[in-house]
Amino acid sequence: MDWKPVALSASPLAQSWYEASARARLAGLLDTDTFEEFIGPEQRMMSPHLPLFALPRAFDDGMIVGRGRLDGRDVLAAAQEGRFMGGAFGEIHGAKLVGLLRAALAVKPAAVLILFDTGGVRLQEANAGETAIAEIMRAITQVRAAGIPVIGLIGGRAGCYGGGGLIAGTCVRLVISEGGRLSVSGPEVIETNKGAEEFDSRDRALVWRTMGGKHRRLLGAADAFADDTIGAFRAAASAAIPAAPAFDLETLEAEQARLAARIARFGDARDATEIWSRLGVNDPDAVPGLTTEGFDALLDSLPEGSHDAR
Amino acid sequence: METLRFRHATTRPLPGTRPSAITGVVASGNLEVLLERNLPPDACHVEIDTAINGYAEVWAAVVADFVARRQPGGLTITINDGGARPDTVSLRLAQGARLMELP
Repeated sequence: MDWKPVALSASPLAQSWYEASARARLAGLLDTDTFEEFIGPEQRMMSPHLPLFALPRAFDDGMIVGRGRLDGRDVLAAAQEGRFMGGAFGEIHGAKLVGLLRAALAVKPAAVLILFDTGGVRLQEANAGETAIAEIMRAITQVRAAGIPVIGLIGGRAGCYGGGGLIAGTCVRLVISEGGRLSVSGPEVIETNKGAEEFDSRDRALVWRTMGGKHRRLLGAADAFADDTIGAFRAAASAAIPAAPAFDLETLEAEQARLAARIARFGDARDATEIWSRLGVNDPDAVPGLTTEGFDALLDSLPEGSHDAR
Repeated sequence: METLRFRHATTRPLPGTRPSAITGVVASGNLEVLLERNLPPDACHVEIDTAINGYAEVWAAVVADFVARRQPGGLTITINDGGARPDTVSLRLAQGARLMELP
């Protein structure tokens, strides 16, 4: 029998970032066929802890790292597979990202891209996972201090939570989509600790307007809002590389001042719509329904420009 | 956890020259399949790590059916299973074989 490969009619750039696997995201994000994986699945660098819990392992431990090109620029990239254990950080998973960031100091790429899709630390190997989070944040500051931008892309089904949210806070630029969520404690965690009256995790509209991409962009926690396509993330990531500010005392002090002003200004707000209203949005209730074009136009009309405070 | 190993003889090698391919993810009801071209052209080995115990006969039947249909000679196929149903397993094996045949 003569088998012929089926040609996909849709461009990979038009595919949903949210629905795509980590490998598909990397393949579409970077220039065609330029991605070269480090420690690929055939090396079987798998979690040493999961068998103790009778849990299945993944060949790449849910973290894919390597190098490639973005619009001709050499970049290093890491992608989390959110469907494997919620994209959670374990020992190998974290160590691969630490190693990639340390390699950046040696190879000096134009940028390091982190494709977040994580619920935080993997509880079955929590000590190793927490240590990895700390090592990753330290490595990111070292990479940024060397003048290499570290850019986070958030649009996966697991969102970017827990330690992943902390790591995202150390990135110089963040791109987020409507479906991407960015926070530390997730909806279920808040509800478990504080009750459903504090935060009803089943209220999806509440979750999205509190942690979703539009809110994070309006608040200045994310720097670009992208459509949920691989092509939109590619364009936003490419635009973010030259836009990255320097990592110096002046920038950090300005960020600290903005964060202090933010809590003073919005600390008593009971809902994200109140914050949007104080930012100058005339019709806050209409924000979740806006298209990307409409949302970008709204951002342009607001009195405050973009800033670097997470 | 249960580890299953199957060894099959094939009548011909799987076409193509790719050294390896991977498809699928380890998630509930899903699995990942790693295919490597590292055996003699008339042999195919399959090793499965599954979280669900007691389905060795079903796995044997699904793997035998795949080998009979595709004749994946030369391949070592390693599977991490998150509790996939037999039809999903068949689909992933077919996807993996197709990836190995791509130019």
